[in-house]
Amino acid sequence: MKPEILLGDEAVALGAIHAGLSAGYSYPGTPASEIMEYLIKAVAKTHSFVASWSVNEKVAYEEALGVSFAGKRALVSMKHVGLNVAADPFMSSALTGANGGLVIVPADDPGMHSSQNEQDSRFYADFAKIVCFEPSNHQEAYEMTRQAFDVSETLGLPVMIRLVTRLSHSRSSVRPREPRGQNELRFGASQDWTLLPVNARRRFQTLLDSQAAMVRLSDESEFNSLRLNADNRSLGVLASGIAFNYVQENLSDLEKPPSLLKVGTYPLPEKLIRGLFEHVETVLVVEEGYPLIERSLRGFFGVAGKTIMGKLSGDLPLTGELSPEAVRPSLGLKPLERLDLGGFKLAARPPQLCAGCPHADTFHALNRALREYDKSNIFSDIGCYTLGYYPPYQAVQTCVCMGASVSMAKGGAEAGIHPSIAVIGDSTFGHSGLTPLLEAAAVDTNMTVFILDNCTVAMTGGQPSYASGERLLRMIEGLGVAKEHIRVIEPLPKNLDKNALVIKEEIDHHGLSVIVAARECLEEAKKKRRSG
Amino acid sequence: MKQDIILAGVGGQGIISIAYVIASAALEEGLELKQAEVHGMSQRGGAVQSHLRLSRERIWSDLIPRGEADLVLSVEPLETLRYVDYLRPDGMVIVSRTPFVNIRDYPEVETLLSKIREIPRHLIIDSEKLAREAGSSRTQNMVMLGATARYLMVKEENLTKFIKVLFERHGETIVAANLKAFALGQAVAAAADFVPASGGRAGRGGG
Repeated sequence: MKPEILLGDEAVALGAIHAGLSAGYSYPGTPASEIMEYLIKAVAKTHSFVASWSVNEKVAYEEALGVSFAGKRALVSMKHVGLNVAADPFMSSALTGANGGLVIVPADDPGMHSSQNEQDSRFYADFAKIVCFEPSNHQEAYEMTRQAFDVSETLGLPVMIRLVTRLSHSRSSVRPREPRGQNELRFGASQDWTLLPVNARRRFQTLLDSQAAMVRLSDESEFNSLRLNADNRSLGVLASGIAFNYVQENLSDLEKPPSLLKVGTYPLPEKLIRGLFEHVETVLVVEEGYPLIERSLRGFFGVAGKTIMGKLSGDLPLTGELSPEAVRPSLGLKPLERLDLGGFKLAARPPQLCAGCPHADTFHALNRALREYDKSNIFSDIGCYTLGYYPPYQAVQTCVCMGASVSMAKGGAEAGIHPSIAVIGDSTFGHSGLTPLLEAAAVDTNMTVFILDNCTVAMTGGQPSYASGERLLRMIEGLGVAKEHIRVIEPLPKNLDKNALVIKEEIDHHGLSVIVAARECLEEAKKKRRSG
Repeated sequence: MKQDIILAGVGGQGIISIAYVIASAALEEGLELKQAEVHGMSQRGGAVQSHLRLSRERIWSDLIPRGEADLVLSVEPLETLRYVDYLRPDGMVIVSRTPFVNIRDYPEVETLLSKIREIPRHLIIDSEKLAREAGSSRTQNMVMLGATARYLMVKEENLTKFIKVLFERHGETIVAANLKAFALGQAVAAAADFVPASGGRAGRGGG
């Protein structure tokens, strides 16, 4: 087949389709969104499988698990922190096992380009004791995804593919292979899927018993390779995923290239690692993310007679993402000579709300209303509105995780804060805001919850929202919020005074209020107009 | 032979479109390519960049090493300066003089331009004026691509081919405006008093 230019995310999506995917599920989140975007575009053409945005990652994971139990192949993708949301079904699915191939793709964000942390999903694979693939390039992302479905069906377990921003959001050419068909519906073993203690104990033992087979797979995998240099017995480099590229990029500057072990699958290939350690005195571990490999090699006391270099030893940075230049010092190389304009300071250009954004008008009205109170806390959630942190708004004071605004505002109110205010978007509310609001409504917490309904998941490019418009209003009422304290405002400059007044009334109401600020995202409205 | 290019600008200025056109032309010519870009939060009016690497040989890193870039192509003067330390000592910049002011502490444009002029090989383009001449101020990115075309290792006719593909769905008027913008950029670069590029240099290799 002809090569195509694809994002790393898209290479995974295409690999899944060609592996005979029956259903894909996801929740939008950078840098993983483009996996589902690609699947949805492909479905629009072929209608041959299911590709659907889920209300959150936990739901997505469980939907995929249901597909797998039915004997068919399922893909579930999310940003790294989305796997925290899905961690409950994820951990248990390592015990239930998979029937049809089940592949999980978390996309990590080292450097936190668009995230609140840089957690490393490989630890989740290790935690659950399942196989993890870590592609170093686009062709591998495609091939590993295809293989992940096979491994999942052979071992009867879910399999992870760990992506990182620089692969997810990099384009390169991929040469696809012939696709294969989907699985037939196939009912499976319900006793394995019913994790009552009696079954769970048996299943955990089965999982432990399959570990040796996983290590064997890694030792024999085409994605792992050991290249020993007979002329260099001092330094060996173990590099995984895209970190391997950063080492390769610099090799030609070294007089004596080190022996090089490339790792692309986990659990780690034991024989290959032994081969490297037997050949050299010092092993440099280069990995994107947390020092998972380095820690497991080092243990408490290291390896007798050998030096292990990496992030823990201080030879590579523990934070941020790696780059070709970041690995040079660990290889004993000086920085490349560059154009030098002398030192100068540049104004930063942080992301900001678009001109005319409805959130801006909501924040202006909120700030206006709050002038009359000495102190307040505004607990924000995760979305475009988190940019209300920056001037000129400086309106929000938290960004923790999806749905946390409502629960934190409740906690804040119960600790004695007034006004205690939550700010959450419509899709984030659908994701994780319903349950804390249900609780707050039951006890009539003295707080004010803003739901900013812009009819879309704006930050990640305009995916559909499940909790918008009339449906949103019915949901809020259905959760038990008093009807007279569900207020709808239209955030527009001309409504500033009127909106500030509504906000003040509801803050002064002793009990729970929900204010829905409803106006469509401008970017989305533009897109709709363009496509007619 | 290889070419490493940093594309710079602000979210919404059409960096990804420039990258798409060059990358598609490269694929057409059988070149290896990698193009790293930024999505998500940073796209909202923030600084955006794309690393575009073209080569006849295998490319390893998705990111261009600092000190390895041949060219910074920037649709915005302030953003140009953010990436000059990616340039090799004889690297060049091709840059729009039109500022995108969405921050309070945006410096004087002349201060920025005089800093840019310290780069021995620089070409400053009035992309706004040329884009208006082409029929739409939204074609500034194609003006900048046109101004760069003669220095790229892909053929200019392949660039125009993929400009057509890119804008096809928006109708003939938009396609024509973008092609004209590209041509105006080409013409300005051809007439400019600019230290010529030495052509793509052989890379350091890559093991």
